[in-house]
Amino acid sequence: MKLTVNGTLRELDCDPEMPLLWALRDLLQLRGTKYGCGKGLCGACTVHLDGKARRSCQVTVAEAGAAAVTTIEGLSADGTHPLQQAWREHNVPQCGYCQPGQLMAASALLTASPTASDDEIRSGMSGNLCRCGTYPRIHAAIKSAQGKVPLADQAGD
Amino acid sequence: MTVLTRVSRRRFLQLTGVAAGGLVLGAALPGRAALAGVLEQSSGAALNVFVSIREDGTVEIVAHRSEMGTGIRTSLPQIVADEMEADWQRVRVIQAQANPAYGSQNTDGSRSVRDFYPVMRQMGAAARTLLERAAADAWGVPAAQCAARNHSVVGPDGRTLGFGELAARAATLPMPEPSTLRMKPESDFRYVGHGLPIVDLQDMTVGKATYGIDVHLPEMLYASIERSPWLQGRIKALDADAARTVAGVSEIVELRAVEGPPGFNPIEGVAVLASNTWSALRGRGALQIDWTRSEHSEHDSAAYLDELVARVEGGPGEVRRRRGDVEAALASAQQVVTATYRTPYLAHAPMEPPVATARFSDNGCEVWACTQTPQATRQAVADALGLDVDAVVVHVTLLGGGFGRKSKPDFAVEAARLAAHAGRPVQVVWSREDDIRHDYFHACSAQHFRGALDVGGRVTAWLAREASPPIGATFDTTVSMNSEGGLSQTFASVPFAVPNLQIESHPAPAHVRIGWLRSVYNIPYAFGVGCFVDELAHAARRDPIEFWLALIGDDRLLDFSGEGFSYSNYGRSLEDYPYDTARLAAVIRALADRIPWKTPLPAGQGWGFSVANSFLSNMAVASKVEVRDGRLRVLEMHGALDAGRIVNPDRVHAQMEGGMIFGLSLALNGEITFGGGEAQQSNFHDYPVARMLQVPPLIRTYILPSEAPPSGVGEPPTPPVAPSIANAVFAACGQRIRELPLGRHFNV
Repeated sequence: MKLTVNGTLRELDCDPEMPLLWALRDLLQLRGTKYGCGKGLCGACTVHLDGKARRSCQVTVAEAGAAAVTTIEGLSADGTHPLQQAWREHNVPQCGYCQPGQLMAASALLTASPTASDDEIRSGMSGNLCRCGTYPRIHAAIKSAQGKVPLADQAGD
Repeated sequence: MTVLTRVSRRRFLQLTGVAAGGLVLGAALPGRAALAGVLEQSSGAALNVFVSIREDGTVEIVAHRSEMGTGIRTSLPQIVADEMEADWQRVRVIQAQANPAYGSQNTDGSRSVRDFYPVMRQMGAAARTLLERAAADAWGVPAAQCAARNHSVVGPDGRTLGFGELAARAATLPMPEPSTLRMKPESDFRYVGHGLPIVDLQDMTVGKATYGIDVHLPEMLYASIERSPWLQGRIKALDADAARTVAGVSEIVELRAVEGPPGFNPIEGVAVLASNTWSALRGRGALQIDWTRSEHSEHDSAAYLDELVARVEGGPGEVRRRRGDVEAALASAQQVVTATYRTPYLAHAPMEPPVATARFSDNGCEVWACTQTPQATRQAVADALGLDVDAVVVHVTLLGGGFGRKSKPDFAVEAARLAAHAGRPVQVVWSREDDIRHDYFHACSAQHFRGALDVGGRVTAWLAREASPPIGATFDTTVSMNSEGGLSQTFASVPFAVPNLQIESHPAPAHVRIGWLRSVYNIPYAFGVGCFVDELAHAARRDPIEFWLALIGDDRLLDFSGEGFSYSNYGRSLEDYPYDTARLAAVIRALADRIPWKTPLPAGQGWGFSVANSFLSNMAVASKVEVRDGRLRVLEMHGALDAGRIVNPDRVHAQMEGGMIFGLSLALNGEITFGGGEAQQSNFHDYPVARMLQVPPLIRTYILPSEAPPSGVGEPPTPPVAPSIANAVFAACGQRIRELPLGRHFNV
């Protein structure tokens, strides 16, 4: 099996039906993408496929093979994506576990809807759970990053 | 009396797994018993917290408590750094392994800052004193003429030596007598009282933070375990043929339960070991297991809660606290108000489920776990494997949420037993379904209240009866009444100036593993108490906030001793941490001043208020809701907190925001039910937790300034939330909801 992850072609020896989540974590050692529910209910495993947010627990390796996969490790080369900066300016994380998924969801949202309204942000981010309750700061961080996010993801180019 | 002791570099290495620099010191404090939790594995050893300075000037500060989102890995080292005049930019935080040398590492009960604030200051002051003395020696001047300033010691004529240059010399000096330590005036603090960003912030935003699930060892196998669906079930028959054929599966292991109470022991189950998590999950899904029945396999939570309600409504229970003559006052009252409340079982559902990794060798067992209780984890693993506790090393990862679930190290014991069996490292991954079905559940409860009002609308009697399965039953199955510690969480410790008061309990035998969840029994009890006060206020035709203040009465320090109740005060003495009603009233007034409480609202909207004292702190919450066409929306939540001196205000605001949202989530959605002994929920579709759309767009948090000793922060914001919302619902639409979650009654 082949996957293009964060701009690099990777070869895998695995069942094509393995969810992308476990292939990334267990086989490619990319552990920034988190397991939360395995059912596409919590968003902790959110990655980009061709720039669009997808739940990696709901995508097989075979399905992902044709796409450019971007994980939190590839969101920016040096952690300076405008949303990553905004997350730090607003001190968003508490335990931090869901934040890679939140960042991947937020970056796809702002790429698709750069001027998303407050309600659109709330709707767009409601697939991503945070048990610590960092939602007000996630919302504030997204608002402050509006206008700074590049229109196309690097991996979606 | 504190004793400061030097710690060798070798010892520092043993404790942290990290090589120490030039200066290493520790503090040994007697009185550890006062700090230790009830469930702490007692070792009798001294409490030590360590600071080390490398030759390059890097100050290494050990974080001995677990980071699960409160910011404690930052807040405690920030106190040390401030007191010792270290430059925060040159501080490196090291996570401690499990070791009794640190005193309690049991990260729960909202007590990391409140218990360790003085210890951290002492550690910092001792380090600073040694550095100043080392500079004095180097220069041949009196130490009194040397003062540490921002990572250097400044001499009489302005000359300086850096901490790194002084470290080796400082390490040779005798430890200062604790009584000679000069503490910094609090007005000179540079870090304490300031919202330093957490030390893990960068890692958390780039996906490099390491949680329990991110540990990876060479040759490691992944395990998924099918466990008995009900308490005390045992494997009756196992067919693992299909599981063995799943690609990647290497072994099937029966994990037999030990006899006795649940404790921290694994539930009986069958483990599938595989080369990756997905293969382990698939193999586990192919298992065919028959389970034996048990005395708990008929547990039906709806019928059980009905029974508890019948008990509290049916008659007197065991009296736990008594003042005056409640029966006489009720009999002669102008008006008697009666209400019964019920609250459900709850699951913790941290975003990272329980995960642990273990490696077994001839030398012992090494465990990596997202644990809130490193020392209890170490002891439980040693007990399970028959090892000396010294042969067990526990590495503490970051926790992807804890909320009390990760205080119970059953999952680490599973990993240790499987690693010992397999002869290879094993990581046990709980699926979300495992997490929700096999939790240490938060207790359900039934509460019955009767209040007497006189002609003037004053409360003359307060009668409260509860029945709720006790946490103690998890460790001793004969226990069926809630403990004084449990009842000290709001129910029996009500701060009311009423002439007649009686608190009673009925038994509630446990049929599931009962555990503590963020703010513990304050969740149900603050709901019952907070709603009933509101009901009394409306019956008395009084404004609820004014009614609360009148009920609390004159400013005074509470003393429960004459009323037959031994108030736990969360493990601290009333001398050190008095229960001061003036501070409780102050948070109420502070909140009332900040919300337009009396401004008329459109039809269908209403404000609700509640307040709770918990973990030695006071928190008031006001919620504004809208109820329209059966749909309930929380529009605003405002909270005011007095938690004494604040170390990191940004993290305290964050805990208030998060704790209130946690409370909102439980109030609107939280419910676990049982049928046939099995939990009937399994994932976020049927055990929903709050999403951004459910969270009010306006959340405001206020911290009351205080110079009192620090008190709890992580848990106190949660308890007043549910009653504030239920009371707001009544104000909005006149419906009095006495049962949680509110999602049972409204579209939420």
